[in-house]
Amino acid sequence: MGSEFVQLSLTPMLIGILAAIACALPGNFLVLRRQALIGDAISHVVLPGIVAAFLITGSVSTWPMLLGAAGAAVVAVVLIEAIKRLGRIEPGAAMGVVFTSLFAAGVLLLEQSDTSSVHLDVEHALYGNLESLIWFAAEDWSSLVDSAALRELPPELFRMAGAAFVIALLTLIFWRPLKLSTFDEAFARAVGIPTVAVSLGLVIVSAVAAVAAFDAVGSIIVIAMFICPPAAARLMTNRLERQVFWSIVFATLSAVLGYVLAGYGPLWLGGEHAVSAAGMIATVSGLILALAALFGPHRSRIGAPTGS
Amino acid sequence: MLEAFLDALLLQAGYNAALVALGAGLLGVAAGSSGAFLFLRKRALVSDAIAHATLPGVGLAYIVMVMLGGEGRSLPGLLLGSALSAGAGLLAVQWLVARTRLAEDAAIGAVLSVFFGFGIVLLTVIQNMSRGYQAGLEGFLLGSTAGMLFQDALLIAAGGALAVAFTFLFRRPMTITAFDPEFAATAGIDIRRMDLAMMGLVMGVTVIGLKLVGLILIVAMLIIPPVTARLWSERTEHVVLIAGLFGGLSGYLGAALSASAPNLPTGPIIVLIAFSLFVLSLLAAPRRGLLAGARLRQRYRKSLHRHQGLLAIARNDAVRNPATLKLLRREGLIGRDGTATEKGRDLAATAARNEKRWALARQLYTDDVQAGGYDGSRPIEELLTRDAIAQIDERLGEASRDS
Repeated sequence: MGSEFVQLSLTPMLIGILAAIACALPGNFLVLRRQALIGDAISHVVLPGIVAAFLITGSVSTWPMLLGAAGAAVVAVVLIEAIKRLGRIEPGAAMGVVFTSLFAAGVLLLEQSDTSSVHLDVEHALYGNLESLIWFAAEDWSSLVDSAALRELPPELFRMAGAAFVIALLTLIFWRPLKLSTFDEAFARAVGIPTVAVSLGLVIVSAVAAVAAFDAVGSIIVIAMFICPPAAARLMTNRLERQVFWSIVFATLSAVLGYVLAGYGPLWLGGEHAVSAAGMIATVSGLILALAALFGPHRSRIGAPTGS
Repeated sequence: MLEAFLDALLLQAGYNAALVALGAGLLGVAAGSSGAFLFLRKRALVSDAIAHATLPGVGLAYIVMVMLGGEGRSLPGLLLGSALSAGAGLLAVQWLVARTRLAEDAAIGAVLSVFFGFGIVLLTVIQNMSRGYQAGLEGFLLGSTAGMLFQDALLIAAGGALAVAFTFLFRRPMTITAFDPEFAATAGIDIRRMDLAMMGLVMGVTVIGLKLVGLILIVAMLIIPPVTARLWSERTEHVVLIAGLFGGLSGYLGAALSASAPNLPTGPIIVLIAFSLFVLSLLAAPRRGLLAGARLRQRYRKSLHRHQGLLAIARNDAVRNPATLKLLRREGLIGRDGTATEKGRDLAATAARNEKRWALARQLYTDDVQAGGYDGSRPIEELLTRDAIAQIDERLGEASRDS
């Protein structure tokens, strides 16, 4: 365990946990507001964003990619809103039109441009490269107090930690307006909460979480973490505070279990190679949701018939 | 390029390309019309869950076929597997919605991400199984028509034709169910069965489209044409028809365009053509389009200016508003010097009389007049019968005699 774990598994696992929590926090509100699929839409449009950023700057460095992805997310949200209003089309369908078209544009751009020299492809955007975010400089647990080794930590860790911290902070600061406008929009407006700004802010924060997370872990985890842990948490309790707490627990559990199962599970079964950690984390979060749907204390609708 | 495109359009670019183009066209028709049923039921994004849920089936089918000693790449086998797991995904969505308090959007998102994630896990398992041997299953993510086998192209074309035939057979009950489920139930249609048939059709279209456009973009073929068609018509059966037309057009044109040059992947091209048709429709559709809306507003503004100008003439007031002046002058209602022409005075008298009639009508028939939408410039003959107007005139005459 010791040294090998610290070098190969500690940082990817931490990044996975942070990404999961960063997505699950806004996900709680998205699920309650029936906007769960916003996360799905945003993570699809990340692809055209990074391709466009690559075409403009000609490199795959981090900041242009993040900016491109964020820009694409904003474009998508604006387009969805415009189509909804101008064409009087229901939100789900408007979303479907926009994200699939932007994704198609991204794939086309990718095929047309010469990206063979750089590591930029659809698979990467979909399932990230969590396994490759290893900590080369680490020897064993004592490296955690070794400043030279600490400087060599993968930069994704700090970026993800920063994003998770900012999102947690924003959730705390805007807790009351968020909670009120989620449960009773009319009342929230009556007591002077700018509900439109709150819901726009929520979408922006979700986009930040999605963009920060996709680079390290790919869009599958992003969509799964936006929805599965909060949805499972929703079946555990009626109180928002506890729901958020449960969602963090489930997100962490998915990341840890998923990573371990992907890395070591095949070995236990006699295989030789690890499987996709991103895919496994999403799978575990789904299993947790399935368990919550079967046994969660608050799984049924209030007033719905219980029993068999 | 243009020549190659024309060749492909006219099915002259080789047997395979012709089959692919025909298959894409048929698939487009089936996807558009079956997607229209989903869209009208307000369940468009269920197709997203179905499409993503096909991936684990593809992976499992491959593994099973290899274990049975086969080659693993046989398209019918992979498609069968994808259909089974898409069905499981659909059941999972319905189970979550029916048995828990989660809303449909959360159920869709959960199913699509989890099934897709599990599919990715299986793909890495397959990569490890077959070191140094490309299984090529990644092609199902985005579709690939390059190097498609003849029998695969045939399968797609036949599947597309079958889906179109199925849609045609069930178009009546499905249209009624999509438009008004409660009415459909009283008309003796089994709604659960129809919903099942609808979902089955969408699943079939998804599975057939996997190889062609890939599981991420097949969603677009199910959503964009119906949304486009909705802009053109308010009638359910027309929406279904037009959606099929737009879908077929994008499929056929897209496949032809993609066959005519390298680096033009079929799936994205088809989706982008469908999206272009949508944008064009958003601009140009009658009634719901942006241009039609602008024209309507323009006409309304004009009629208000004309009406106000005529009333001013009747009152012998000077018309001051420059826009009103311009309009009256262009229509020959006032002359260059600003005084009313004969025609202008005639119309002004009519407008003034109508205004008086309206004023009285508003007192007499509050409900009708409000329901009829009095907007200040509408001819009263449009709303009231001749007898009612005569009655009003009579009372107006009395009123003027009294004063």
